[in-house]
Amino acid sequence: MEGAVAAPPSGTTALHGSICPDCGVATYLAQSACPRCGAGLREVELSRRGLLWSWTVQRYPPKSPPYVPPATGFTPFAVGYVELPEGVRVAAILDVPLDDIAIGMPLRLGVRAGSAVPRARADR
Amino acid sequence: MSRVVVAGAARTTFGRSDASGRDHAVRAVRAALADAGVGWDRVAAAFGGSDNAGNADTLVAELGLTGLPFINVRNGCATGGSALVSAVNAIRGGMADVVLAVGFDKHPPGAFDPRPEDWGLDDAYGRDGLMVTTQFFGMKIQRYMHDHGISPHTLALVAEKAYRNGARTPEAWRRKPLTAQEILDSGMVSDPLTRFMFCSPGEGAAAVVLAAEGVLPTGSRTVRLDGVAVRSRRFGSFEVFSPWIPAGALTSVSVKAAAAAFEAAGIGPADVDVAQLQDTESGAEVMHLAECGFCEHGEQERLIPDGTFEIGGRLPVNTDGGCIANGEPIGASGLRQVVEIVHQLRGTAGERQIPGTPRVGFTHVYGAPGVSACTVLSC
Repeated sequence: MEGAVAAPPSGTTALHGSICPDCGVATYLAQSACPRCGAGLREVELSRRGLLWSWTVQRYPPKSPPYVPPATGFTPFAVGYVELPEGVRVAAILDVPLDDIAIGMPLRLGVRAGSAVPRARADR
Repeated sequence: MSRVVVAGAARTTFGRSDASGRDHAVRAVRAALADAGVGWDRVAAAFGGSDNAGNADTLVAELGLTGLPFINVRNGCATGGSALVSAVNAIRGGMADVVLAVGFDKHPPGAFDPRPEDWGLDDAYGRDGLMVTTQFFGMKIQRYMHDHGISPHTLALVAEKAYRNGARTPEAWRRKPLTAQEILDSGMVSDPLTRFMFCSPGEGAAAVVLAAEGVLPTGSRTVRLDGVAVRSRRFGSFEVFSPWIPAGALTSVSVKAAAAAFEAAGIGPADVDVAQLQDTESGAEVMHLAECGFCEHGEQERLIPDGTFEIGGRLPVNTDGGCIANGEPIGASGLRQVVEIVHQLRGTAGERQIPGTPRVGFTHVYGAPGVSACTVLSC
């Protein structure tokens, strides 16, 4: 993934996940034992760039609670799985115009303080 | 080892009413007993459950305090199938010769509203709006369509068939036929799935009385239960509310459960004359056709428009309208499918009876958190 570097989503930091030293499984969030082989996992900072594996749009407001709509009110938003080079697909909110979303599109992602849910935006 | 037959099978009218889930269960059990021609006091063991409508063993207050062993089952979407496998094993193991399996439910209107902490997830997944089951269904079929060339029109045809078959099923909830175009135009819920492509949580019950072969008179077209299997997910499956999944090819619990049920029955998917497959939404039926072995991935795009899975087609699927037309009372769905197969094999399915003399039926449920239950029945 060489080329022009876009800034990561503003106000975010890298995702903390874990990797299995024995079989290579990568997880998000970090967990203590490998779900495939049971070995102890090593915590890592996951890559901030990946490709969109699949997506959908949340067209109606989720039930509140637990959902907390933004102060400006609910608007449809996209969610998807972003495939990272470590071999893990991470669920994320896609801060991408809905008409621009396509499987395979490059994305950058990070997490905001106070939320474990990754956010991704187009990597152009 | 005893062969197991279906002595009686019945369901209630699904949908929304003032009845409780337990009311539905009592009605379904009494109707299944009447179908079997036995009284409650002849039932020697029972297994049952609901996801959201109480404990099945409390039904004895209405059915009769006969002192039988009544074991509660709570296994998500596989609740009915798990009750059934327990009932079959109770007969095969010699615990009892006449055994009840019952599943029932009643859910509040609207989408299910799970809590993040029940799934081991950070609260933020709920606050930020990711605890929504329809998102999972949308993302799974979105990728499947990309990989296997399935079109939105094909998704609409699956729902169109469900409503058409539901219109022929007196106990179904959604009985108004809808066109593929009306389904496509019904409003996007979770892309690519529209409102009328989804089932709705509802209420209802289904019950089956099983017996060791020869113990009860069962008429001329006796339905046998040849294979039943319940499986949980393996590494690499894609399930609802997953913060991550591994890269690479997905595994599917439905593949394993279907294969196990066919192996137990000693036959394969090509031998099946009629099938009921989990259709939480249109995409689920498309994927489960392939996962259960009835076609190759991608063939659905040709087979569905050709009418292969219609009543009168080569392999009728979801002849009672499935979850889309019946709604989804979680605990009841698996046994509703078995009741429908029993009707089809006996030739008592009324307006929706498939032509010819079907001999082999198949049922499949799939659901959170990665469980599947399948049965093979024959006549």
